[in-house]
This record gives sequence, C-alpha cells and structure tokens, in this order.
Amino acid sequence: MDFSDTKDEAAFRAGARAWLAKNAEPKRGAFETWDSRYRDEKDALARAKDYQRRKAEAGFAGITWPKEYGGRGGTPIEQVIWAQEEGEYIAPRGYFEIGLGMIMPTLFAYATEEQKRRYPPKALRGDEIWCQLFSEPAAGSDLAGLRTRAVKDGTDWVVNGQKIWTSGAHRADYGVVVTRSDPNAPKHKGLTYFFLDMKSPGIEIRRIKQISGASNFNEVYFTDVRIPDSQRLGAVGTGWGVAITTLMNERLTSGETRGPDWDELFGVVKDLELEDGPALDNAAVREKLADWYVRRQGVRWTRFRTMTALSRGETPGPENSIGKLVLAAQAQDIAAYAMDLLDSAGAVSDPELAPLRGAFQDSVLSTPGSRIAAGTDEILKNIIAERVLGLPADVRVDKDQAFKDLPTGKR
Amino acid sequence: MNFDFSDDQKVLRDQAKKFLSQQSSSARVRRILESDVPYDAELWRGMAENGWQGTAVPEQYGGAGFGHLELCVIAEELGRSLAPTPFSSSVYLATEALVLAGSDAQKKAWLPKLAMGEGIGCFALAEGPTAPSPKTIKTRVKDGTITGTKVPVADGDVADVAVVAARTADGAGDDALSLFLVDLAGPGVTRTVVKTVDPTRSHARLDFDGAPAEPLGAAGQGWPLVRALLDRAAVLVAFEQVGGAQGALDMAREYAMGRFAFGRPIASFQAIKHKLVDMYVATELARSNAYYAAWALSTGAAELPVAAAAARVSATEAFWLSAKENIQTHGGMGFTWEFDCHLYYRRAKLLALALGSARVWKHKLMDAIAEPRPTSRATHGGSE
Repeated sequence: MDFSDTKDEAAFRAGARAWLAKNAEPKRGAFETWDSRYRDEKDALARAKDYQRRKAEAGFAGITWPKEYGGRGGTPIEQVIWAQEEGEYIAPRGYFEIGLGMIMPTLFAYATEEQKRRYPPKALRGDEIWCQLFSEPAAGSDLAGLRTRAVKDGTDWVVNGQKIWTSGAHRADYGVVVTRSDPNAPKHKGLTYFFLDMKSPGIEIRRIKQISGASNFNEVYFTDVRIPDSQRLGAVGTGWGVAITTLMNERLTSGETRGPDWDELFGVVKDLELEDGPALDNAAVREKLADWYVRRQGVRWTRFRTMTALSRGETPGPENSIGKLVLAAQAQDIAAYAMDLLDSAGAVSDPELAPLRGAFQDSVLSTPGSRIAAGTDEILKNIIAERVLGLPADVRVDKDQAFKDLPTGKR
Repeated sequence: MNFDFSDDQKVLRDQAKKFLSQQSSSARVRRILESDVPYDAELWRGMAENGWQGTAVPEQYGGAGFGHLELCVIAEELGRSLAPTPFSSSVYLATEALVLAGSDAQKKAWLPKLAMGEGIGCFALAEGPTAPSPKTIKTRVKDGTITGTKVPVADGDVADVAVVAARTADGAGDDALSLFLVDLAGPGVTRTVVKTVDPTRSHARLDFDGAPAEPLGAAGQGWPLVRALLDRAAVLVAFEQVGGAQGALDMAREYAMGRFAFGRPIASFQAIKHKLVDMYVATELARSNAYYAAWALSTGAAELPVAAAAARVSATEAFWLSAKENIQTHGGMGFTWEFDCHLYYRRAKLLALALGSARVWKHKLMDAIAEPRPTSRATHGGSE
C-alpha cells in the first residue's frame, strides 16, 4: 500500500498545480465554491467561459479525450488528479460538466466523424454549452416511459412534447433529446436519440423554482420542433441504448456533494457552547459526529480504491454509486443536525446571523434534490443490487406490451 | 496511488480462504459450538503449519518476519470462516504486546512458542461491566505478585501466558497502571470458564491470588501501552469483522437467489434487494476504512489512533448490520439452530464488544480528531 503518485502521475500533478496557481482563484474559506462567489454576478457566465477556454488551451479540459477532438489523450487517473487539484480552488464546473462529462462521450460513440470534429472542441473551450433533455413529467426513474413524440417528415423529424428537470437549458446552445418514435413498440424499443440546436423554432423554456428558491432546472416544451435526421445518434428505435451510454457517464461525473459536510459541522461544534458545556464534550454530539465521520472517511477511502483501479488501467464498476448514495443522505442529516444544535436560532437563515452565512439552512432545502438528481436513492440501490450483487431485475409488467397500451395513471 | 494489497498478499488471502473453507467449515465450527471443547486444536495446528501465528513476528524470534498487511489478509479470512481458535488473543494481543514492550529475554522466552502455535497467549484487561481505565482497574501488583480478578478474558481458559494490566500506584492517572506477564500454569491462578453469547470462542474468569507477575515494559507505562495495543489489535479485528460481514452478506445473497415466494426469487423484490445493498454498502465502507487503518498500522503512521478507531466503528456497524439482516432475509429458517445465520450473529456481537464497545471507540475517535497530531502528508494530497 502506497499513497504516493507514480513518476508520471507526480509530473502531471506538478504541472496541474503550477497552472492552477497562476490561473485559478483560491478559496477564501474551505467551503466556498465558484457558484457561491459568482452566482449573482451579471458576468458569471462570461467569467466561467473565460476560465474554461484557458483551461482547454492548457490541455487540462478533456484530459481523457482523444487528441484529434481537442483532448489531451490522457489517462483516467490524470483526470482524477486534476479534479483533486482543481478542487483546492474555486472553479466553474456546473456550466460544462453535463456537456463534457456525459454528452460528448455519447457523441464520440455515435456521431459522424465530421460531427466529432465540429462539436466537442467547441464544448471543451466553453464556447458552446450543452444540456440533456431526458426526464419528463411522467418519466423520471422510469425514463423509458417518456412520451415526447418524434415523427419522420422527409429528411427531418418533427418533435412534440415536454421535458423537465433540464439543468442549464436556459443558457444551452445545444441539447440531446430522447424521443418516442414508435408508440406501437414496447417502451424500451420505440425510442430514438437526437442532438439539436436549442435556438430551434418551437422550443420554449420555463425556469422551475425549487423549494430552496433557486432555479437550476427548466421545463422545456417542444412544439413542432424540426430536427434533421443527420442529427440522429444511433439507429431509429435504439435510443434507449444511446441514453444508457449518456447515463453511464453520469455516474463518473456526479458524486461530489457541494454543500456543507462533516468538516463544516465539526467547525460549528468546536466553537459551540451548549446549555451544559462545550458541544465537543457532549457525549451525544460526539457519537453522532463519530458516526458521520466514519461514513465520510469510508467513502473517501473507497474512492482511493477506485483510483487504484484507474491507475492500473482497470475500469471501476458501479460500486462508485456508493458515494452519492451515502453522502447525499448524510449531507441532509448533517445540515438538519447543525440546525438542531443551534436550538431555536437554527431556524434563522439570515446570512448576517447564521453560521457559514446560512449554509446549513440552504443545505436542508437543497439536499432533498441531491438524493433525487442522477438517480434517486432507490434507483441507485437497484443499480447496485443488479450490477454489483447480481440480483435479478424486478418483474416488469410493461416489458412486452406496446407503449401506447400501457396504463398511465393520473400523473 | 496503490491503495490495495500486493499480488503476493492477495495470493496469501486466497490460500487462507481455501485452507479455511476446508479446515473451518461450518461443520467444524459447530463441533466447538455444540461441545465443551474450547477451540479447534486441529485447526490451530494447521494454522501453525502454515506459519500464521508467527506472520508478523521478527525472524530472530522464530516468526516469518512479514508485516501487518499479511496479518490483515489472514484476519479477514478468519473472520469470514468464523474460525474457532484463540488466534486474536494470542496473535493480535499477547504476541503484539511482547513485540511492542517485551525485553529481549521475554521475547526469547515467549515469542518462538507463540509464533509456532506451541503456546497460547491472552490479554487480561476487563474487570466486569465497566469500560476499563486507570480509574476502574483494581487488580494490583505488589512485590512481584498479582492479586485481583479479570473477567471476561478471551481464551483465558486455554492460554499459557497472560498479559495483564494491573495497578502499581494509587489514583486515576495514566501512570497508575503497568503491564505484567503471568504464567497461567503457575501458583496463585484460578481459572473458571465463563459462558458467553458465542460459545465458538471461549472465555474465562482469572482470579489471581499472589501469583508471580513479571513486568512487561516500563513501570507506569501500562495505560499508554494498553491504548497502543488496542489500536493495533482494532485494525486486525476490523478485518475479521469485515470478513464476517462479507460472509453473512454472501449467505443472505445466496439464500435470496434460491428462495422463491409469490412465484419468484425473493432476491427480485426491492425490499430484499435494498436490504442486501445496505449490507453491501456498510461492508464496503468498513473495508475501505480497514484498508486505511492497515496502511497506518503497517507504516507506523501518526494517523493510527484515528484510523484504527474509524475502522473499528465502521467494521462493528457493518458486521452487526450484515449478521442481523442475514437472519431476517432467511425468515423463520434463519432463526433455527440448524441454519448458520446465528453463528455470524453471535460472532458479530462478540467482536463488537471485544476490545471495547463501539460507544467507547467513538469517544476515542473524537479524542484523536480533536487533538490533531502531525499527519503524514502522503495521505492528504499526493506526492511532492
């Protein structure tokens, strides 16, 4: 066992550190993110694009991408090392990670050579932003139940329907969309996958206001939107397989929680007096802190095991889903407990009064979403059960019926 | 980055697994469970032929001179197979205590025997239903003889020698205790077998009445040594617990795949799938914490107290969850003597208490976190 880098890894890390020291912005507090500093600035997007362009020019964006499409041609372990080092700074990630982490790998697998030379390099430089149009009001965990219709008309497809939970659609230049092209086929078999210009006529975008008051997601309405057949990815009727390619990459992209976690809770506990003495001397508080610490460390060292697999050129499996499953629920519990410790003042979210400018109160309102996005707790457990433990899939009553004949319920 | 065991260590683990699947089968474990025989002597001799007891003992004292990582992979398989032997008492505690604190003469006298499995050691710390500390320990040594009662002492009924923590000064200070070696075949020692929840691991009450006691380590250093010893043993026991948790999970999975209800395998029901995933997640987190603790133990890192306590708490939780939910997955059959579920269940609870309960280890963890020590930079940001 050895935590140190190989010679090549050390050289890469040194290069990454040197570039970041010159180009990235240091955190002012351990908990600060790019979002928390710039979210409300008018030039937030322009600033993010500028950083991304410089990062791409230095060869630190698209680390594992092929060189001919603008990437570095590097290894997955270099990607992990980069993420560690960049994590020491505030860096914009939210704008680009769906496009770069999930959609471009799908283009690499299914797009034409000409398309692969056209789109990924621009996405990599932050010139063009992509969004992912998958979920629908009646198709979330059961994504294959989606209803947005695509009908062939000459060399185009005409698309009608509604998507939801689309992160960043309001600022996206392009999107990928899964549609139902054949309602007579069983639900997984009648789907077709496209990419499209988000400025196409017939697209209407509405922001969704979340329980936290923030609006990170959108509803996207399609009314007679025309998509050229040349922008189809994969064969007609095989859209499910293409969508899985996108989602498999989601697993590698997501997983880091960005709200206050154990360290922030410990920070509060350290300085807090309870009615009977310092919080850090309170047995109940200590035991809770210990439980959460142990789980957080367990996830951390599990990632080190994943890195070891990557370092050896092996592919890590879906056991990676453990991190999101454990930490999203834990972040919710930690935020709620931090508020409990402040007693009735825990309800105060005023940034001038609350610890960490109200981060725990914000977290209580945002963490329910973390337990849903990129696979609910329940879906992640199903994935681990089936792909890691090899347990049988659930019985599917809708598997062999034509999609149009499936019962739909009221919602 | 190489956060994994080496190929040689994995080969050793595979060999241990194969050996134990035959020599510590459930039929063999049940022979101990269902008789008054304290441990499986044939298995113990087989382990000695493999050299396991001497894994981490220096070659000059008759051991194999490997490090603790080798001992960790063996421990994991011992845990999985529920091996009914005094291995943890003799190897993780008595042997480690001698290596840590023994004089050259004491090492020469005891280590070769312990390393060959010809002698058995035990560690006598607890004195009834209170977590042991310099405040609570009453057993006292005066003028080279020891008087007092230690209970429960794992393998105290079969051991040849005991490492005993005893009072050498008044008061509750860390310097009030010292460690001693007591020859259990000598005068002034009465041993009584005590019944526990897991009859596959024997326990005793040791009554000392003026028994000769030989100092182990410096006078007044007993408590720091006990803490160091428990930290080291906690890592090894955590591997046993991880092995046990995995064994119970494997058993639950196999049963769920083969058991049909409502026209389908119960493993296809989400209620069962999610239960098994909870067991899997807890076991993997425990395994990862144990790996980190193994690294800290094998490199003598300053992080050992934090790493050992985290591994201990994590592994205790995982084995308990896995063992109890294995019974529930089996339904009524899991509650019968005939099925092996209770073997894991008993061992899970026993190991949760050996070396002190999770409650106590959580407080040790918080003590170690709240008092930051210098850390090895390698774990916190790659190489320089």
